[in-house]
Amino acid sequence: MAKILKMVAQRLALGFLTLFVVSLIIFLGVELLPGDLAEAILGQAATPETVAAFRREVGLDLPPHTRYLDWLGGMLQGDFGRSLANQREISGLIGVRFANTLFLAATAAVIAVPLAVSLGVLAALYRNTLFDRAINVVTLTAISFPEFFVGYILILFLAVQANIFPSISNVSADLGFWEHVYRVMLPALTLTLVVVAHMMRMTRAAIINLLASPYIEMAMLKGISRSRIIIHHALPNALAPIINVIVINLAYLVVGVVVVEVVFAYPGLGQYFVDSVIKRDFPVVQACCLIFAATYILLNLTADVLSILSNPRLMHPK
Amino acid sequence: MERFWKLLKSAPPTAIFGLLVIALYVFVALFAPVLAPYGESEIVGPEFLPRGEEGFILGTDNLGRDMLTRLIYGARNTIGIAFVTTCLAFLIGGVFGLVATTLGGWVDQLLGRMVDVLMAIPTLIFALLILTITGTSIPVLIVVIAVLDSTRVFRLARAVSMNIVVLDFVEAARLRGEGTWWIITREILPNSLPPLVAEFGLRFCFVFLFISALSFLGLGIKPPLADWASMVRDMRTLISFADPTPLLPAGAIALLTVGVNFVVDWFLHKTSGIRDEK
Amino acid sequence: MRNSDAGKGDVLLEMRGLRIEGQSEDQWNEIVHGVDVTLRRGEVLGLIGESGAGKSTIGIASMGFARPGCRITGGTILFDGMDLRAASDEQLRKLRGSRIAYVAQSAAAAFNPAHKLIDQYTEAPVQHGVKPKAEAEREAMELYRRLRLPDPESIGFRYPHQVSGGQLQRAMTAMAMACHPDLIIFDEPTTALDVTTQIEVLAAIKDVVEEFNTAAIYITHDLAVVAQMADRIMVLRYGDLIEEGNARGMLADPKETYTRQLLAVRSYRKEEAPPDESPVPLLEVRNVTASYGGQVIVLDDVSVKVGRGRTVAVVGESGSGKSTLARVITGLLPPSEGSVLFNGEELPASYKNRNRDQLRHAQMIYQMPDTALNPRQRIRDVIGRPLGFYLGLKGAEREKRTRELLQMIEMDPDEFIDRLPGELSGGQKQRICIARALAAEPELIICDEVTSALDQLVAEEILKLLQRLQDELGVTYLFITHDLATVRAISDEVVVMLEGKVVEQGGKADIFTPPHDPYTDLLLSSVPEMDPDWLDDLLADRAARKARGEKVMESADQ
Repeated sequence: MAKILKMVAQRLALGFLTLFVVSLIIFLGVELLPGDLAEAILGQAATPETVAAFRREVGLDLPPHTRYLDWLGGMLQGDFGRSLANQREISGLIGVRFANTLFLAATAAVIAVPLAVSLGVLAALYRNTLFDRAINVVTLTAISFPEFFVGYILILFLAVQANIFPSISNVSADLGFWEHVYRVMLPALTLTLVVVAHMMRMTRAAIINLLASPYIEMAMLKGISRSRIIIHHALPNALAPIINVIVINLAYLVVGVVVVEVVFAYPGLGQYFVDSVIKRDFPVVQACCLIFAATYILLNLTADVLSILSNPRLMHPK
Repeated sequence: MERFWKLLKSAPPTAIFGLLVIALYVFVALFAPVLAPYGESEIVGPEFLPRGEEGFILGTDNLGRDMLTRLIYGARNTIGIAFVTTCLAFLIGGVFGLVATTLGGWVDQLLGRMVDVLMAIPTLIFALLILTITGTSIPVLIVVIAVLDSTRVFRLARAVSMNIVVLDFVEAARLRGEGTWWIITREILPNSLPPLVAEFGLRFCFVFLFISALSFLGLGIKPPLADWASMVRDMRTLISFADPTPLLPAGAIALLTVGVNFVVDWFLHKTSGIRDEK
Repeated sequence: MRNSDAGKGDVLLEMRGLRIEGQSEDQWNEIVHGVDVTLRRGEVLGLIGESGAGKSTIGIASMGFARPGCRITGGTILFDGMDLRAASDEQLRKLRGSRIAYVAQSAAAAFNPAHKLIDQYTEAPVQHGVKPKAEAEREAMELYRRLRLPDPESIGFRYPHQVSGGQLQRAMTAMAMACHPDLIIFDEPTTALDVTTQIEVLAAIKDVVEEFNTAAIYITHDLAVVAQMADRIMVLRYGDLIEEGNARGMLADPKETYTRQLLAVRSYRKEEAPPDESPVPLLEVRNVTASYGGQVIVLDDVSVKVGRGRTVAVVGESGSGKSTLARVITGLLPPSEGSVLFNGEELPASYKNRNRDQLRHAQMIYQMPDTALNPRQRIRDVIGRPLGFYLGLKGAEREKRTRELLQMIEMDPDEFIDRLPGELSGGQKQRICIARALAAEPELIICDEVTSALDQLVAEEILKLLQRLQDELGVTYLFITHDLATVRAISDEVVVMLEGKVVEQGGKADIFTPPHDPYTDLLLSSVPEMDPDWLDDLLADRAARKARGEKVMESADQ
């Protein structure tokens, strides 16, 4: 048990170290801007005096490491600085949007995960049948579609022609839960289509790999029923790979929302991020980057830890 | 040649479909100036002309350029840029991956850790961050995406060659006194090719979709170059009027990636099948 | 003794004209061509043959089962009057595990890593409704005790990876016994084990099979093992029955040439090479200590001398450090202490610092010819490269020498020079590896388990070839092996290793005649012999010596 705690602790330490390095990269990236932030923002026309004044105002005259520590310290306390575009507190702008993004990702996950895992297991069990082959072709096709293609097809058919869902997912805080779900249905379906294919293929591969194990053959030769083999013999060992597949895809979902949010004009963090990139609003870009990267890293970290915890060899050391 | 035909005959319909699609795209990309009725960014008529009107088979776009012409040139630009990027990513990732395994030790450790950090940041987010700083131009786009994508190639090249480097024939070559270059090019590389070739197809799809996503967001290939994803972006308002025209360039992207994926799937099946037989 | 058919019951299993096909590259080829198998209650039938004989496929077919990629296409399988080919899946399922059980080759892979041993034991009885869990658990402990597993009360509550290989194999035998089946299929149950561990497992299997009067099909490639276990033997080759008969009768008087060859396989003995007269041995390993990553010491103060033109066999079980010794000599693993001398000169510790001539003079042949040859290089390049690299041969000269080398290893140059390794059999590949080593014109060849991956007859051909080459070229061999039969066949001198130390070394005759070091004794006495009474005699002898108070060393994997 001590060994496993040590392993988990190691993973966590490594995860947080990565997070730290990533924050450094995000910070230094902007530092490396030709000239500096002030010149980049104020442009060629600005007089040296205005540039210097601006520098003092945003604290650019301080040495880089002081600014980094200030920046990171602020981030940790939820203070992301001010937007260059409108001088408003970034944390106030980001909070609601990030919640919206998580809501969209969660809705997609609720549909996608059970669907993908059950389809993947079925395809593995009925491997090389017509069902399996059809699923293979369909998922391969779905993987190949750009998100905006899927999004616009859904808009065309389900919003414009059939008029079932709204084509623009504008939500606000005063909406009820189900109304919110209804409005994000199309973007959630888009994400589902893209992510299910991936998740399903990975689940299928993991299960097929597992079913080829000698201990599964042994269970068959012991006369164990098919359902018991799946539940009792395959599943405990399949847990680690399946958890891994799910969490990796969840991580993908949180990031993959960026394009989908733009397609559906959904007021999430992704769309805000893209807008800020176009406006070159650096503090906002940095904040969004850090939030996305942190979510992604934490999810992958969860996958790591869970797969350690679900490995019998590690759980019951010699 | 004969073997080639035999191989082709044994291909499943999806793979044949994929090969045909790829051939068609390559043909269009190569002969775009001959095939296209107008110049790439020539304004030839009124804006947003519907399909079939005034002799424009696919109508005109938001600036009054011929849609068909833009589509044809799009093949050239979008595929070309994605292809160059993939090649560059393979060059970087492949070389470093092979070097890491062959040299081992601290070189391997250092490269591995660097890649770990790069891969810890989602590619799209990272790319957007860098593009904010550097601004978007085609060469920058290519280099940034190639470097980010080369991390995956590095991982695969390293994993594949790791499996080979421990085999006895590599040890035999080392004990014979062969140099690193010989070991990489004669012993390891020929045996890592099948998975790397398959990966090239997959990476190409990924890069292609990735650049398309960036262009769609307005941060990738910029006008006046004809590019499919930018076309979708420019025409997207039409969707609300039940006009499926924006789906044409989007479908063009999808069709190519479907084609490549089908071929890769077949190739993977084929090469892994050969391995089973041994 | 269970040597005659007297006292055996009525027919339990009858397979007639069994045909099985296997799939390769979308094509179905017949791999078992109409074999008849009859088994009576309480009888042990040995199925023996080399790889590709179909013995495992036939064994498993008696459960009405075919592995993925195989299918039963013809014949009948009657088990206790029930037609298994006509039976429904549900009927077959009820039969498996309760009336016919299976023991796999690798217990480590065949036990589910997620469940405790005892839960896997009780699963079949509980699922088949034979007995309740508590009763099955009690019986499990009883069986574990009978199979002489340590801590029979508690060992079942461990997970498979917490138990050693030999113990797992016995636990799997216990598991097969759980429902007191009429028939057990043993599929090479001791092949993956060390020879001293094998004895324990063989004894355990023999004991419980007799105790419960269970019929068994015992599948193995080792005739000496099957001689201990079986009442009757069927010799198979390429899916055909070659010879069938009472075990004692067949061993005493084999009818077919193939059976005779199999029987004779361990009788090859080389003539001793003349002793090396020069004062300096060709190779000397002096007080070498080595470890991986400075942690676990794998070689502990090892010294070995190898004389010119001689064959020195280094023998030991897994973990003895014998392969590490080869790595130290070749320079792949620089030792932490001690040195390697070649012709009296100290070699640089790492191969990276050795010059081309030093590398050339010590060549290596590997255990797995499959991985020792680059699958993308043609034979011409495989053999031609060292010729060019070391001797500077080019063009026609190199081609000529390549062809000579191919002839030397008895392969037709015209037929083989353009082939890829994938187009050769295992034995042919190993020959190519030999030719590659010879191409460098070395003084010393290190042979690391060169015959263990090969079928017995092929392995013997390789040994004979190596011997002929030594006679002709005077090359010196360092033979790393776990197989005492190989040692007996080819060595002039023997080094016995255990846990990183040299236990005993000397001339072959000295080592093989008592008195031995206790470990050498254990090792030598554990090698199965063709005599069907060998196992019983050995166990009786060990028991008697123990009873007299003598110290009898036991396998580490108890």
